[in-house]
Amino acid sequence: MKPAPAAESLESLRECVRAAFDAGTPLAIHGGNTKRFLGAASRGTAFALDMRAHSGIVHYDPAELVLTARCGTRLEDIEAVLAERGQMLACEPPHFGANATFGGMVAAGLSGPRRPWVGAVRDFVLGCRVIDGEGHAMRFGGEVIKNVAGYDVSRLMTGSFGCLALLTEVSMKVLPKPSHQYTLCLDIDVGDALRRLSGWAREPLPITGACHDGSALMVRLEGGRGSVDAGAARLGGRQVDDAFWTELREHRLPFFAGSLPLWRLSLPPATAPLDLSGEVLVDWGGAQHWLRTAADAATVRHAAAQAGGSAIVYRGHDTAADAPFQPLSEPLLALHQRLKQRFDPRGLFNPGRLYPAL
Amino acid sequence: MNMLYDERLDGPLPTTDKDRLLADLRRNVPGLRILHTPEELGPYECDGMSSYRTLPLLVVVPDTVAQVQAVMRHCHEHHVPVVPRGAGTGLSGGAMPVEKGILLSLARFKHILDVDPHTCTARVQPGVRNLAVTEAAAAYGLYYAPDPSSQIACSIGGNIAENAGGVHCLKYGLTVHNVLRVDIVTADGSLLTLGSEALDSPGFDLLALFIGSEGLLGIVVEATVKLLPQPETARVLMASFDDVRKAARAVGDIIGAGMIPAGLEMMDNLAIRAAEDFVHVGYPVDAAAILLCELDGVEADVAVQCTRARELLEAAGATEIRLARDDDERKRFWAGRKNAFPAVGRMSPDYYCMDGTIPKRALAQVLTEIAELSRQSGLKVANVFHAGDGNMHPLILFDANEPGALERAEALGGKILELCVAVGGTITGEHGVGREKINQMCVQFGADELSLLHGVKAAFDPQGLLNPGKNIPTLARCAEFGRMHVHAGQLPHPDLERF
Repeated sequence: MKPAPAAESLESLRECVRAAFDAGTPLAIHGGNTKRFLGAASRGTAFALDMRAHSGIVHYDPAELVLTARCGTRLEDIEAVLAERGQMLACEPPHFGANATFGGMVAAGLSGPRRPWVGAVRDFVLGCRVIDGEGHAMRFGGEVIKNVAGYDVSRLMTGSFGCLALLTEVSMKVLPKPSHQYTLCLDIDVGDALRRLSGWAREPLPITGACHDGSALMVRLEGGRGSVDAGAARLGGRQVDDAFWTELREHRLPFFAGSLPLWRLSLPPATAPLDLSGEVLVDWGGAQHWLRTAADAATVRHAAAQAGGSAIVYRGHDTAADAPFQPLSEPLLALHQRLKQRFDPRGLFNPGRLYPAL
Repeated sequence: MNMLYDERLDGPLPTTDKDRLLADLRRNVPGLRILHTPEELGPYECDGMSSYRTLPLLVVVPDTVAQVQAVMRHCHEHHVPVVPRGAGTGLSGGAMPVEKGILLSLARFKHILDVDPHTCTARVQPGVRNLAVTEAAAAYGLYYAPDPSSQIACSIGGNIAENAGGVHCLKYGLTVHNVLRVDIVTADGSLLTLGSEALDSPGFDLLALFIGSEGLLGIVVEATVKLLPQPETARVLMASFDDVRKAARAVGDIIGAGMIPAGLEMMDNLAIRAAEDFVHVGYPVDAAAILLCELDGVEADVAVQCTRARELLEAAGATEIRLARDDDERKRFWAGRKNAFPAVGRMSPDYYCMDGTIPKRALAQVLTEIAELSRQSGLKVANVFHAGDGNMHPLILFDANEPGALERAEALGGKILELCVAVGGTITGEHGVGREKINQMCVQFGADELSLLHGVKAAFDPQGLLNPGKNIPTLARCAEFGRMHVHAGQLPHPDLERF
C-alpha cells in the first residue's frame, strides 16, 4: 500500500477522495496508527491516507466549554492546551501511544475509566466536518451544546472506524478539571465490590472510577475538596497513587501483559465476572470487563450476549479468520450496509475495518 | 406563510381511500382502536404548534407492539403515510398530521415496566410522562435528569423523538445522554433494538442517530433510561443587572472559572415583569436582566461554589444578589422562570416561542439585534434564555386576530433564527425542526448536507412514509424558500430549478 500525497488542506483532502472515487481505489485512513491493532485491516486499499497533515486547533473558547480541532491534531497537544486553562476531555480517551490523534479518538470512540459517571466520547461530540465518498465536504452539528437541527450525524461518526466518511474536523464539549482527586483501595473480593458499588451508585458520591483488579477494589473520587474528603471518609480503605487510572486507561497494568488473547466485554452495570476461563479485570463499576482467556471466540461472544452485552477482541487474535467485533443481527447489518451505501457508495473508506460486509 | 404540507414543495403523497383503509385495518389488526369521525379526529388536528391544523384520514391508538407492527406493515404495503404522536406537547409541529395519512398515537403505552435500583435504570413504554419516571424513581433516591418545561405532560417517546432538553442540560445532558436503549418499529413494521443495557453496543451508534430524529426513522415502543442519584443539596442565587451585557459577561465568567451550574438562566426586563405580575415572587421589576444560578451537589462543595459565584456576579456588576434562604424560596425563585411562557401569555393575546442556540459570547450582540428587529416589526419580544448552554427562547408577542400579525411574527421569528445561524449557532436547541423551522433548515444546511440527511432517512424508510414533510426540507422547498430569503445577493442552491 502506497502513501497518498500529504493533504494539508480540506481542498486537497477532497481532491484525494475524488481521485479515489474516479479510480475506484479504496483508502486506508489513519492518524497515528496507535489503534491499528483494533479491528481488521482494511481490505483491498491502494493508498494509506495519513490525516496528520491536516492538523491544528481551529477554535477554543474556555468559557464556551467547546474546542474545535482538525482531525490530524495530536491528542496530547489538545490535552495540553486544555490543561493550561484547567479543562479536559472528560471522556478520558486512551492514547495507546504518543502519536494518537483527535480524529482517531473519535473514529475509535474509546472512552476511559470515567465513562460510566461522566460520559463517552460520543456524549461530548457536538459537531463535525466530513467528506463523503463522492468528495462532498459537509458540516453537521456545530459548536453549541444544544442543537437538534437535522439528524445527529456527528455522533454517528463516533466509533464508526472511518467506515462512513472521512472525518476532517470535530467540535467537542470540554469540562473543567475537578479541583481535587483521591484514589482509595479496598481489599475486598469482586462480589463484595459490586454489591457496595451498586449501593454507592444511589448516593451522591463523587465517584469517577471503579475497578476491581482481581484482588482489590480501586475507587476514584473527584470534585471539590469537601465532597472528596467526605467521600473518602464514607468509603474507607487506604489511599493509593492516582496514576493507577492512567495505567489502567493505557493498558500498562501487569494484567495487560502476557500472551493470551485480550477481550473487552461491554456489559450492563454491576455485572459479576462471567463463567469463562482466564483472568478478569472489572472496570466501569462492572460495565466493562477485560478478559485474558484461551476460550474460543464463539464461547466468549455467547457469554457476553447472554449477559446482555457484547465482546470484542483487542489483542492476540487472528482477525483474518474471525472479525474482531461482535457480529450484528441480520436486520441491523442490513441497515449498516444501507447507511454505508449512502455515505460511501463506492466503498472507499476503510473497507472491512469494522465488519467484512462494510 | 402556510406551514401545512404542500405537495408541490414537500413531494407528492400517495392517495388512500379512507373507507377502504378503515375496513382493511379493522380486518387486519384485530382489537385496534381506530378513530375516524370528524368529532373523534378533531383533538388530533395539531400538537403544541396550534396555528396550523389538519385532520388526518384516521387516528389509530394501538395497545400492543404487535398492533403497531401490523399497522406499519399494512401502511408500508399500501403506501400510506404515518405520523407518530406522543403527548402532543411539541412546539414545532412534529406531530402535525398529514391529510393523506394516518396518525398513530402512543397514548396507551403508558406503563413503567421496571425501575432497577441496582443498575440505576428504568424500562418504560413511550407514552409514560417524563415526570412520572422521576416520581417512580424517587423511592430509591434517584431521578430522570432531562426536564423539559412540559415535563408534567410530555412523554418519553416524544422526548426521544425530539432529543428533549430542559434547564439542567449543561450539567446533566440531553435525552441522548440519558437513554441506553430503544426498541423501535421501523417503517416496514420490523422490530429493532438500538443500544443495550450495556454502555455501548457493536457497530455504528444508531441509538444516537435515532434520538432526535423526530419520528422520521422509526417509532419508539420501549426505552431503557438512565437514573441519577438526587443531589444532596441545591442552592439558587438571583442576581440583578442594569445592563444585559453585564449579565452576559457574568455567565462566561462563572463557567470560565470552572463551575458547571445545574441551571443558569437569564430573563430580560419584559420577561421579568411578566413573570412577577403572574407569580408575585419578588423579582426586581426594574432590572434590565436577572440571572438565576443554581448550584447543586454535596453540601461542602456547593457552599464553596456559592461564595465564588457571588464574587464573580459582583465583579461583573450585579446590582443585587440574593441567595434563596431555604427550599421554599428556591422554588419561588424558579417559579417565575418556569412560568415565563404562560406569564408572557397573559400580556398578549398570542405569543410565538423561538428556540435558537448561540455561542454564549454572542449573547449581547444577538440581544441588541433582536431589539432592533423587534422595533422594525413593531412586535414586542420577551427574552428567556438557558444562558449556561446558549439556548435562547425569545417570545414574540402578537395578536392573531389582527390581520397579518401571525405572518409578521413568523417573519420576525425566521429572522431571529437566521441571526442565530449567522453568529455560529443553530435554528433549534431543543424544540426540534418539525414543520415550524423547515424553511430555516435551508439556511443552516447546504444542498449536499440535506441530500445526505435524506439518504439517512432512506436507509431507514425508503418510501418516505414516516412523518413526511418534517425535519429535513426537500431541495425544491429550499429553492422556493431561497427566492424569498436572499443573503448578501447570493441565491442559495443556484443549481436548482425554481418554481
